[in-house]
Amino acid sequence: MYGNDFGDFDDPGAGPLNAADTGEVEAAAAHADRRAELDLSDFDAIIAADQRIEPRDAMPEEYRQTLIRQIAQHAHSEIIGMQPEGNWLTRAPSLRRKAILIAKVQDEAGHGLYLYSAAETLGITREELLDRLHNGKQKYSSIFNYPTLTWADIGAIGWLVDGAAIMNQVPLCRCSYGPYARAMIRTCKEESFHQRQGFEALWDLMRGTEAQQAMAQDAINRWWWPALAMFGPRDTGEHAVKGGHTAQSMAWGIKRFSNDELRQRFVDMTVPQAERLGLKLPDPELKWNEERGHYDFGEIDWDEFWRVLKGDGACNAQRMERRVTSHKQGAWVRDAAAAYAAKSEGRKAAASNEGSAA
Amino acid sequence: MSSDTETTAATATGGPATAGAAHTAYLLGLADDALIYSHRLSEWLTWAPMLEEDMAMANISLDLIGQARSIYTYVGSIDGTNRTEDDLAYWRDEREFRNVHLVEQRRGDFAQEMARMLWFAAYQKGLYAALSGSADAQLRAIAVKALKEVRYHYDHAAQWAVRLGDGTGESHDKMQAALTWVAPYVAELFSDDANSVAAADAGVGVLPSTLQAAAASAVADVLREATLEAPADSRWHARGGREGVHSEPMGYLLAEMQHLPRSHPGAAW
Ligand SMILES: [Fe+2]
Ligand SMILES: [Fe+2]
Repeated sequence: MYGNDFGDFDDPGAGPLNAADTGEVEAAAAHADRRAELDLSDFDAIIAADQRIEPRDAMPEEYRQTLIRQIAQHAHSEIIGMQPEGNWLTRAPSLRRKAILIAKVQDEAGHGLYLYSAAETLGITREELLDRLHNGKQKYSSIFNYPTLTWADIGAIGWLVDGAAIMNQVPLCRCSYGPYARAMIRTCKEESFHQRQGFEALWDLMRGTEAQQAMAQDAINRWWWPALAMFGPRDTGEHAVKGGHTAQSMAWGIKRFSNDELRQRFVDMTVPQAERLGLKLPDPELKWNEERGHYDFGEIDWDEFWRVLKGDGACNAQRMERRVTSHKQGAWVRDAAAAYAAKSEGRKAAASNEGSAA
Repeated sequence: MSSDTETTAATATGGPATAGAAHTAYLLGLADDALIYSHRLSEWLTWAPMLEEDMAMANISLDLIGQARSIYTYVGSIDGTNRTEDDLAYWRDEREFRNVHLVEQRRGDFAQEMARMLWFAAYQKGLYAALSGSADAQLRAIAVKALKEVRYHYDHAAQWAVRLGDGTGESHDKMQAALTWVAPYVAELFSDDANSVAAADAGVGVLPSTLQAAAASAVADVLREATLEAPADSRWHARGGREGVHSEPMGYLLAEMQHLPRSHPGAAW
């Protein structure tokens, strides 16, 4: 929806706007299920043959737990992400932008739903996962602990945050766990719309008044570094953070590329787009490296990264408070729905008993 | 759900080249109801009792904003002002908005929302069914599409009214209280004013009063199934929305909705 009326920014010669526009999602969707013919005896054989593990398969307990943690964290990020964007629903500056934003926040709720459902195939309920979010045992993406202060932040989130999320998620379309891979294939296309809409919103601002351009630049100044941090700590080379999950996740076919590699791809894809937009990325060290064939870029402020991750970001407390309050406020409605469903079941059973007696 | 292409397509056909003031005022009432209720429903996102409801509220909000956009675009093309949908939504003042008080009230609890939605959708269902036979071809096309949407809104609210009414003791009490809360706002939906009389006379619109009996009987059926009682009629009734006389929450709603474009006159977004 809303995907077919983009303006003059959409120059097909300029390359894909995001990682879901490269055909990789379609390739993942076309992945051939050859398990029947290959006669794979166990988990390791399935992984080695790049086939999909399904819920009915035996799997190592650590694999199951890793997936539960990752999918849940991903689901939590989708629903917490509704808050910073929802912050502008009542203030969107045109009816078209308002409708696009409502649809986007709706999509994120849908992504949360697919992902909770994927996690449920691993033997845990949505309710348990939400409890773990609410009591702080599980996290969500730190990016949503930053505030959305102006309208341009909505464009910046679409362009950079959805763009970074897509870069992470496209390889997950080939994840070894079938339900997660399929959920990612479903979401990536929608995320791609979000990213294009974000780009388009910034495009319009950059072709607008001086104040609009300044608003866009200010948003990029605030969102660029947090977006790069979304790929997680460094996990390659001499600066690799010890004790990360990258190696094990790669061996299990959950993760396909290192954090650093995905971050580099994101920078490489995004810099030319910033130039087209006329936005300056806030990194004096950013420059093309002919030898590497990549952009060099500066170091992320890792102190800030860990600080925000541990709870000391502008909105950590606010996001959790709202999430927990909203959940508590809805309890009586969920209880009513459950009570009504039970009553209806009872009535149906009674009616069919009467029917069989007669 | 409406998309931009559909909006454009819906406004490309038929309709008078210019229309009288009563005709466009009548249309603005329909569009303002839809926009303002869409706005209030969008406030539910992240506050709904479950993710499925976040999605449903968004869906209904999108349908309504789609209806509003189609009608605004149409009005701007026939009232001789060439105003865009955004001119009409963002650059009119409170006294120029013609929506009923029901839709502008602040978001309450979930039961209140379902009570409001039940009445509003019951009204819109009759409205768009009647307008599907309007002499105004453009309005007819909008109504045919909207009718399918508001049937879903009505079913959604009716199902929740039944679940809450016949759910737990607590939900029953909350739903009963919600019916009392919404009662003073219902009559305005079905009140005729000069513009609706003129529009009905011209075969363009429908008299709201003629929609009341069917809506009331549909709601009564829902309440029966929900084990709820019709609330006693309230002493006061909301009135004046169609003439642009609103209640206090409306000013805040518009301040929030309109401030950004108004801070940047002439800017495009
Ligand atoms: Fe998402
Ligand atoms: Fe998204």
